[in-house]
Formats: sequence, C-alpha cells, structure tokens
Amino acid sequence: MDNEVRSLSKKRKTMDALLRGLIYLCAAATFVLVLALIVYIFVKGVGEISWDFLTTAPSHLKGTIGILPNIISTIYIILTSLIIVLPLGVGAAIYLNEYATNRKVVAFIEFATETLTGIPSIIYGLVGMLFFCQYMGLQGCLLSGALTLVIMILPTIVRTTQESLKTVPQSYREGAVALGATKWHAIRTIVLPSSVEGILTGCILAIGRIVGESAALIFTAGVASILITNILEALQSSGGTLSVALYVYVYERGEFEVGYAIAAILMILVLAINIGIKLINAKLKKRA
Amino acid sequence: MKAKNIVELVMNTIFFLCGIIAILAVLIITVYMIISGIPAIREIGFTEFIFGQEWASTAADPKFGILPFILSSIYATAGAIIIGVPIGILTAVYISKIAKPKTAAVIYPAIQLLAGIPSVVYGLIGMLVLVPAIMNVFDLSNGTCLLAVIIVLSIMILPNIVSVSETALSAVPPEYEEGSMALGATKIETIFRVSIPAAKSGIAAGVVLGVGRAIGETMAVMMVAGNVANMPELFNSVTLLTTAVAKEMSYASGLQREALFSIALVLFVFIMIINLILNMFLKRGDSK
Repeated sequence: MDNEVRSLSKKRKTMDALLRGLIYLCAAATFVLVLALIVYIFVKGVGEISWDFLTTAPSHLKGTIGILPNIISTIYIILTSLIIVLPLGVGAAIYLNEYATNRKVVAFIEFATETLTGIPSIIYGLVGMLFFCQYMGLQGCLLSGALTLVIMILPTIVRTTQESLKTVPQSYREGAVALGATKWHAIRTIVLPSSVEGILTGCILAIGRIVGESAALIFTAGVASILITNILEALQSSGGTLSVALYVYVYERGEFEVGYAIAAILMILVLAINIGIKLINAKLKKRA
Repeated sequence: MKAKNIVELVMNTIFFLCGIIAILAVLIITVYMIISGIPAIREIGFTEFIFGQEWASTAADPKFGILPFILSSIYATAGAIIIGVPIGILTAVYISKIAKPKTAAVIYPAIQLLAGIPSVVYGLIGMLVLVPAIMNVFDLSNGTCLLAVIIVLSIMILPNIVSVSETALSAVPPEYEEGSMALGATKIETIFRVSIPAAKSGIAAGVVLGVGRAIGETMAVMMVAGNVANMPELFNSVTLLTTAVAKEMSYASGLQREALFSIALVLFVFIMIINLILNMFLKRGDSK
C-alpha cells in the first residue's frame, strides 16, 4: 500500500488522503453520535426512574407523576395489535408465497404493501381518526389506536413472514404433497413451523414500531393517563402509550425529568428489541 | 376427498382475503384523504390555498395559505438530505469497503439502533439539547428554528441512507474494483470512481427513502420547529406540513379543520409521488 501511494503524483496523493480522512471522519461522527445519544439519555434518565414512578398513576393530590397507566396502555396496545395483525399478515404472506397463481395480483398486493410502508404515521393517525373513531363509532380509545397500528405494521409482518417462507425448501412442500397431504395441511404442519423464527422477527420489529409510535396514536388512542387494569374496559377508553406520554409531559407540561426517564425506558426497550432480533437471526443462520 | 377440497377452497379464499387487506387499506386511506381534503380546497380556492403566503386559521378574517408549510417542508427535507446523505454514504463506504469486518460488525448495528429510537426521543433531545445549543451558538432569542429541524431530520434519516447504501455498495461485483485497482487506481479512487457509481441506483433509492422519512416526520419536528407559520428562513421558527396538521387538529373545527385535512392531502400527494419514484428505483435495481 505504501509503495503504491508513494509512486503517485502529489495531487493524487493529497486527494487520496483527503477523501480517506473524510470517510473516517463521517464514520466516526456517526458512531460517536449514536453513542453520545444513548449515553446521554441513560445518564439523564436512569436516575429519574424509581419504583414509585413505575408503579403508580399520576396523582394531582400528591403532585406526583407515575407512568403505570402508560405502561399498561402500551402493553394492551401491543397485545391487541399483534393479535389482530398476526393472522392477517401471516395469511397475506401465505397467500403471496403459497397460493397466489396470478402474478399480477401478487405484484399489486406487494405494491400496496410497499405503499403502506411509505405512508407517514400522521396520515395513519388522521385516517384512523376518521375511519375507526368516527365512521365506525369507536371514539378515541385504545382499540381505535390498535386498529390503526394494525394497518401500519401489516407490511412488516407480511414482509418478514414472506422472507422466511421463501427459505423453506421447496422439497418440503413437494414431499408433503407427494405423501397425500393437501396444500393447507402441508402449510400448517410443515411450512409454517419452519418459518416461526421469521414470524417472530416480524413481531419484534412490530413491537418496536408500536413502542416508538406517537403521531398515529395521539388522534386515535388519545393521551389519557388513567389507570385501568381490565383490558376490555381499557380498550374502550382513551390511553396514551409511553411515547405519547413522553410527548405530553415534555412538550405540553414541561416535565423534562419525566421525559428523560421515559426516554431511558424506551431506549432500554429499543436495545432489548435489537438484541432479540440479533439472537433470532443468529439462531437462523446456525440452522441454515 | 370432497371435504378436503372444500377445506382447500376455504383456506385459499381466507388467505386471498388477507392478501387484499393491504390493497383495501391503501384504497381506504386514499379515498379518505381525498374526500376529507377536497372540500376546503374548493372553498378556499386552489391557488389561494397552495400559493397563499399567510396562514391565520383562527383570525376573525381567517387566511388559509399553506405556501409557508410547503416551502418549509421542502427546505427542511432538502437540508436534511444535503447534510445526511454525504455523511450517510461515506459512513456506508467505511463500513462496506474500509473497515475490518470486526469493526463493521460493531458500527453497523450501532447505527441501525438510530432507526429504532422513537421520534419523540429525538424530539426530546432536540428540544432540550440542540435548541438551546443553537440559541447560544448563533446568539438567537429562541433556538427553535428551521436549522434545528434540519439537524434532527438529518440524524433521523442517517440509518436509512447508511443501510440502503451499504447494501448497494456491498453488491458491487468485486471484479469491477479489482479491475480498477489492477489498472493502478488507489483504493480510494476505486471507491469514488467505480464502487459508488456502480451502486448509484441503490444509493438513490436510499436517498428517496430518506426524503420520504423526512417529509413525513411529525413529532420530533414539532418539538424543535417552534411551529409559527413563517416563510422558511434558517433561523426562523417554522411550521411544516406535518406539524401544521398535528398542532391544530386537536381543537380545530369547521373550515379550519377541513383545511387541516387539505394540508394532509397535499402531504399525501407528496408522499405518493416519492413512493412511486422509490418503487421505480427499486425495480430498476432488481432487474439489473
């Protein structure tokens, strides 16, 4: 390398060094930025998290803030969305990969799925408000929020499931059909079990998306922080998830410490989600 | 045998229905956006709405001109692209061409973490760290401005640009690069003259993806933009298309509310155009 560079003209040499320096600078800047962001949030936030903060509802009487209602809202919204989106998303992927015979239909569905990926969450929020809250009469409640998120995370589930269905060897299906199984039987007993990890990855990605979502939820699920533990009751009432609560506490009420604490919790979740996906991918690779 | 066929037919239909949900969702979103967005545009007048320079929705004599929002959105997105794209591409170059595999294995996932961080967390950091910093550095009375929006957005689109560019750069056939090196070009010259041009379609897709993300971002922007309906200037408080909708939606009524849906329709049109361009780039990449 050194020999090669020495034989170059001075102009080329300077240019080379300059560009190389620029590349290192950009990579270093990006990396430092990520680290700084994470460290800063943890330093500012972790100290603010306490047992009471996590396990109580906000109290006007005592003037304390607790995020238990928001944690519960987040969990309920995740559960409800996943329960609804999983059969739909996996079903759509099965159709695209196993049943569909018309190429044009497949291309059209895939185009629609891609389009959904590109629509920003504020638009989901508006249409969710118009369709679920007003047209279907659900009003602003966790269920409206969850249904809006279902549409939003559908592409994620479809894509990851489709990818893992594609990795199931064709011979499995042929073998099953040769033994007299119907297509559905083969899918249920052979194909789907072989692509469980892919579906799981999709779920984890979807959870990440839901946890981080705010714009689509403010107008559909609302911003309330009232403690309701019964899931059926909770689904019918307004409730803000952690991200929404962060926004409300910081932007509308100026409670910055609470914001940092929630941000730290969200970051822990984001890290956990990334590690989870890594583990599944590692397991997949080992098997392949 | 017959029962089996019926089961097969039923399952086929169920999966088909799952498959067309994505299409239905896109249709419903489009229809709702158009139906709810058109009336106000008609009432206000298309040119007055799009090219009107003043937005005073709650004034006694209300004005509904959204040119400031449109231009702010375009400027903010362009600014984010100008900062984010070079840094993102050079970081991707480092990861894919220069870094040792072990280093790349640390840096790449770290940058992908950025993609998982909820936008409200970016908003929080932007509001409490970036905005005061801009205020001090440029000696402004208030740090909420277009520049803050641009910086936050350029960080938020980084992971998209890096991952798409990295994939494209890694897919460049090694023979191209070896050929260039064999002809006497240095490693850096090869990267800039051969690898990046060869990966340009993929990199372009990454840029378009970044544009889509930036123009649709709401909550993070809301927290740092100041949300005054000014014409865009670097150190002025601005309102973007997304934040114009989010800011007033919770209390708007009548024509003001309808106008908000019209803003959303304009945003939706922008997004659909970006989606189409993205699809074009991806298709071209596939067929290669």
